[in-house]
Amino acid sequence: MRRLIDLELQKLLLNRTSKLLIFISFILPLCVIMLSAIKVNFFGYFTIDFGKIGIFNFPIIWHITTYFSALFKLFFAIVVVSMIGNEYSNKTLKQNLIDGLSKKEFILSKVYVIVFFALVSTLIIFCISLVLGLIYSDYDEFQIIIQQLEFLVAYFVKLVGFFSFCLFLGVLAKRSAFALAFIFIELIFEWIVLGIITWRSNFEFAQKVQDFLPLTSMSNLIKQPFQRIAMTKLPANEEITYDYSVHLDNILIVLAWTVIFIFFSYKLLKKRDL
Amino acid sequence: MEPILKISNLTKKFGLITAVNNLSFSISKGSVYGILGPNGSGKSTTLGIVLNVVNKTSGDFSWYGGNLTTHQALKKVGAIIERPNFYPYMTAYQNLKLVCKIKEISFDSIAKCLEVVGLLDRKEHHFSSFSLGMKQRLAIASALLNDPEILILDEPTNGLDPQGIHQIRKIIKTIAQNGTTILLASHLLDEVEKVCSHVVVLREGRSLFAGRVDELISSNGFFELKTKQKDALLKFVDSHPNFSHTKTEADLITAFLKDPMDAEEFNSLLYQNGIVLSHLVKRKESLEEQFLQLTDNK
Repeated sequence: MRRLIDLELQKLLLNRTSKLLIFISFILPLCVIMLSAIKVNFFGYFTIDFGKIGIFNFPIIWHITTYFSALFKLFFAIVVVSMIGNEYSNKTLKQNLIDGLSKKEFILSKVYVIVFFALVSTLIIFCISLVLGLIYSDYDEFQIIIQQLEFLVAYFVKLVGFFSFCLFLGVLAKRSAFALAFIFIELIFEWIVLGIITWRSNFEFAQKVQDFLPLTSMSNLIKQPFQRIAMTKLPANEEITYDYSVHLDNILIVLAWTVIFIFFSYKLLKKRDL
Repeated sequence: MEPILKISNLTKKFGLITAVNNLSFSISKGSVYGILGPNGSGKSTTLGIVLNVVNKTSGDFSWYGGNLTTHQALKKVGAIIERPNFYPYMTAYQNLKLVCKIKEISFDSIAKCLEVVGLLDRKEHHFSSFSLGMKQRLAIASALLNDPEILILDEPTNGLDPQGIHQIRKIIKTIAQNGTTILLASHLLDEVEKVCSHVVVLREGRSLFAGRVDELISSNGFFELKTKQKDALLKFVDSHPNFSHTKTEADLITAFLKDPMDAEEFNSLLYQNGIVLSHLVKRKESLEEQFLQLTDNK
C-alpha cells in the first residue's frame, strides 16, 4: 500500500499544476476561515466580527468549517480527474502496465491517494477548528467540544465519495475536461429527475428518490448552516427549526456510491484495450 | 528448456476484424527473435496481449511456465512499445525512479542504464525537452533497469533519423551479446536480418513461418554475371543441371541455383568452356525477398 501511495504522490507532486491545485484546495479554505476570525474595522463606521455572531462556538464551528471547506473540493476534483486524464493522454497508463503494475494496483493507487488527501484535509480542518474554537468559543468544556464531531466524519465521507465519483468519470471520459463537464451534467440530471418525478408523482416522493442520487446524497451529508446561524440569534423562534444533523443513512448511501464508483472504475479499465 | 513465453492458439478480435488469428509460438532463453509482418498484421496486438494492455479474445499465453501472474512476470521483462511514454514534467532520472518503484527494484541501476544509452549527462533534464531519439533511448534505459531476462521491442527505430537508428541498433546488438533474450517486432527486414536468429512471420494475424532465420533463407542463392559472350553464357547455364532458371536485365544475367555450387568452381568451369566474365557475384536471397515471396504466395 505504501508503494502505491508513494508512486501516486510522485506523479502528483512533481507536476506543477497538480501541486498548485492541491495547495489551493488545502490552503484556501484555511485562509478563508482564518480571515473570518479577524475583526475587520471599516473606517470606524462599523466592525465586522464574525466571532460575535457565534460561529466559532463549539459545537456549531464543526458544522460551519466543514461546510465551507467542502466547497473548495472542486479544486482537488480537478486534480483527481486530471490524474487519470494525464495518464491517458501521456499514454503512461499503458507504460505503467507494461512495467508490471496491474490494473487493480493502478486503480488502488488512485483510491489510496484520494483517501489519503481526504484524511489529511479532515485532520487539517479538525485542528484549525479546534484552535479557532479554543480561542473564540464562548464554551470550552470538553463535553461541548466533542459534541457533533460527526460533521468531520461526514466531511471525510463526502470528500472520498465525491473524489471517487471524479475518479470514475476520469476513467470513463479519459479526458479531464470531459470528465469535469460530466459532473455538471450529472448535477443537472439529478434536478431533471427531481422535476420529472414531481410531475409524474409528487414532490415529496421525488425528493426521496433524489436523496439516493450521488451528488444530492453527498450534499445532504452536511447541510447549509445559515439557518442554524440565524437560529442562534433568534432562539425563541421555533418555526424555522430544521434538521441540520448528520444522518447515518446518508453516510451509508454515499459509501455505497463510493464502492460502486471504485468498482466500476476498475471494471471499465479492465475491459478496455489500451 | 523451459520457455520464457509460450503462446498457444491466441486470438484477438476487434469487432469483425480478427487482428490475431490462432497464433502459437514460444520463446526460449538466449535467442533473438524477430516478429515480422506488414503493417496491420497483428504484431503490436500480439505484444500488447502478452504485455497485459490488450485483452485476448481466446487462447492462452503464459510467462515462465505459468508460475507467475502476468503483472508479476512483467517486472522481470523489459519492454518498449511503438512510442516512448513517460511523464513529460518529470526529469529522466525521476521517470526512471518511478519505473523502479513499479518494478520494486532499487534505484542503484538508474545511473548505469543511463550510461548505456548515453543519457547520463541529461538525467536532470525534463523528458519534454528530449528529442525523439533521446526519448527512445530513455525508453531502452527504462527497459534495462531490472536487468531483464527478456527484452521486448516493438518498432524501436520507428521515426528515427539514420544516426538514431544506428545508435539504437548498436545498443540492441550490445544487449544481445550479453545473452539477453530479445523479441523484436518490426517491418524493417534488414533490421531483423541483422540481429535476429529466429523469426515469426505474420500476415493478417496468422503465422506463416516460425523458425530459424537461416531456415527461412533456405535457397542455394544465385550468381550475378556480366560478360561480352552473353549468348554462349546463357546457353551454358541453361544446359547445366545445377541451375533452375535465369533472368536477364540489360547486360546483367542472374542465374538461380537449384543445387549448391560455389563461385570458384563455376568460374573455372566457364573458363574451361571459353567464357570470360567481367563480373561475378554469388548472393543469397535477402530476408526481404523471402519475406515478400512468403507473404504474397499465401
